[in-house]
Amino acid sequence: MSHAALPDTDPPKPDSWLTRNKLSIAPWFFLAPALAFFSIYVVIPIFESLWLSLYEWNGLYKADGTSTATWVGFNNYVKLWEDPNFWTSLKNNLAWLILYMLAVPAGLFIALFLNQTVAGMRFYKSMFFFPFVISQVVVGLIFGWFYNPDFGVIGSVWKALFCEETTNILGNVTFTCSRTAPDILSSPEWATYGIIFAGLWPQIAYCMILYLTGLNNVAADQIEAARLDGAKGWKMLWYVVLPQLRPATFIAVVVTVIGALRSFDMIAIMTQGGPFGSTNVLAYYMYEVAISEYGERYGYGSAVATVLFMIMLVYISYFLWRMYQDEKVSR
Amino acid sequence: MFPRPIEKSGPVAKTAYQAFLPVALFLWLLPLLAIFVTSIRGAADINSGNIFGWPSEFAMIENYQAVFTQSAAAQYMLNSVLITVPSVLISVTLACLGGYALAIYKFRVAVPLFFLFVAGNFIPFQILMVPVRDMSVQSGLYDTIAGQFLFHAAFQTGFCTLFMRNFIRALPFDLIESARIEGVAEWRIFWYVVLPLVRPAIAALAVLIFTFVWNDFFWANVLTQGESAKPITAGVRSLNGQFVNNWHLVSAASLMAAIPPVAMFFLMQKHFIAGLTLGAVK
Repeated sequence: MSHAALPDTDPPKPDSWLTRNKLSIAPWFFLAPALAFFSIYVVIPIFESLWLSLYEWNGLYKADGTSTATWVGFNNYVKLWEDPNFWTSLKNNLAWLILYMLAVPAGLFIALFLNQTVAGMRFYKSMFFFPFVISQVVVGLIFGWFYNPDFGVIGSVWKALFCEETTNILGNVTFTCSRTAPDILSSPEWATYGIIFAGLWPQIAYCMILYLTGLNNVAADQIEAARLDGAKGWKMLWYVVLPQLRPATFIAVVVTVIGALRSFDMIAIMTQGGPFGSTNVLAYYMYEVAISEYGERYGYGSAVATVLFMIMLVYISYFLWRMYQDEKVSR
Repeated sequence: MFPRPIEKSGPVAKTAYQAFLPVALFLWLLPLLAIFVTSIRGAADINSGNIFGWPSEFAMIENYQAVFTQSAAAQYMLNSVLITVPSVLISVTLACLGGYALAIYKFRVAVPLFFLFVAGNFIPFQILMVPVRDMSVQSGLYDTIAGQFLFHAAFQTGFCTLFMRNFIRALPFDLIESARIEGVAEWRIFWYVVLPLVRPAIAALAVLIFTFVWNDFFWANVLTQGESAKPITAGVRSLNGQFVNNWHLVSAASLMAAIPPVAMFFLMQKHFIAGLTLGAVK
């Protein structure tokens, strides 16, 4: 191709490089801002954390701007292995994972209860959903107060059941109790369960709304057909309805697992990991070691975060794999 | 319909069901009701131990006023608004653009990139904490409003892009195809053809992200220090320390923190639920 061959005649206007390739360039223009933001704040920090978990660092910089971090290899992980707080946290994470799952059947149960069309049903459905909308900080405060043995609900019920009110000569009222009221959040054995119970409240609401939407879309003709065949009650639920609710169940399980592993707010509000570290979970313990009053331990904290990330990665991979299967079908 | 409509079980069952509904709702929302009643009690009730009985005096206005005058609650509320609104605007805008790219164009990395946004959305915050905090300190964004909304916007972009991409993909592709044949420029297709059609998705995302960001507590602790940039969720915690055993004030402050997302939910209920149940129904 030489220059000479080009203009003289009047060819159709040649498409510029940009026009010819617009379908392969355009997506990058649309994607660039989201990708840039997401990389800076999410993708790159993940790798930085993984890398930092191999260092010991108090978060400070030298005068010349280089970080004071020192390479320790897998030392942080060795320390984790010997750290009883880490094992407590892991054990509590497991308790969260298992007990939080109760939100799924409980949500289904409430959804079935509410799936009627009597007057005012819309109002009831949205009121049942209410707990999910409010901040977990507020939920934590409410339940922390409920559990208070002196002036919470538990305390009052206890007074009514086991205490006798006596008034002495001076007119002062004292309570003599046959048993002392349980202080759930100060008990190393029970505190975690108290927090999980509080956490279930909004989570059940979330699962409920997923199932209510699912129930809306259950094929009516299949239900009618099954009814003609004499199916009802549990059998109908198990063999006809639940299979159709599978997408709802899947999302409910996914969000519940993530919710369980992310539990931080309520622990911070209700016990701050105490008493004696007995309510720590990895999410909270990581925060505690990384930014504690005794100075920052970024490397060690990153090692805890890495463990939590790896656990979550199992679920993320499974979720992505399921999505990939759907994608293949839809293509 | 399952379970069988209650009307078919006769009038007695229907009446019983309708009578039981408010009882069930009362029990379900008992914690919330208790905190509301507490927030309108006078201090005398709290001190004398009348926590669950009928309030001996109503002090709603006094309590809420006290929260505002005796603490930095007003500042916290304002901070929350200043953090939440830009987060919503930025993340939804970025997701409209990104979701369009991932849904409409067929290029090799479209699916892997889409999965990157999906996966990023599920990771634990802790794996981001140290680098994001360090980056904020280095760039002077630590303990500022901007430092928080930039992070929230970036993180929520993951969920928003997932949502938008699926929504746009469900639109009839012929629309875009025919616009292309007409020779309409790509960005004009986005602006004039697609954007008007995704309005419901934008509404759903806006309410959801508003709630998520408003209720954030973790990043408020990681990225702020003093009162000047703290949102109301973290603020309520410090108020809890300040008003020890003044349960009527703590309750009032907690309810105030809860009101904006609750109002958002009731105003935009349809969109909210459409957003949350994404993917739950095919």
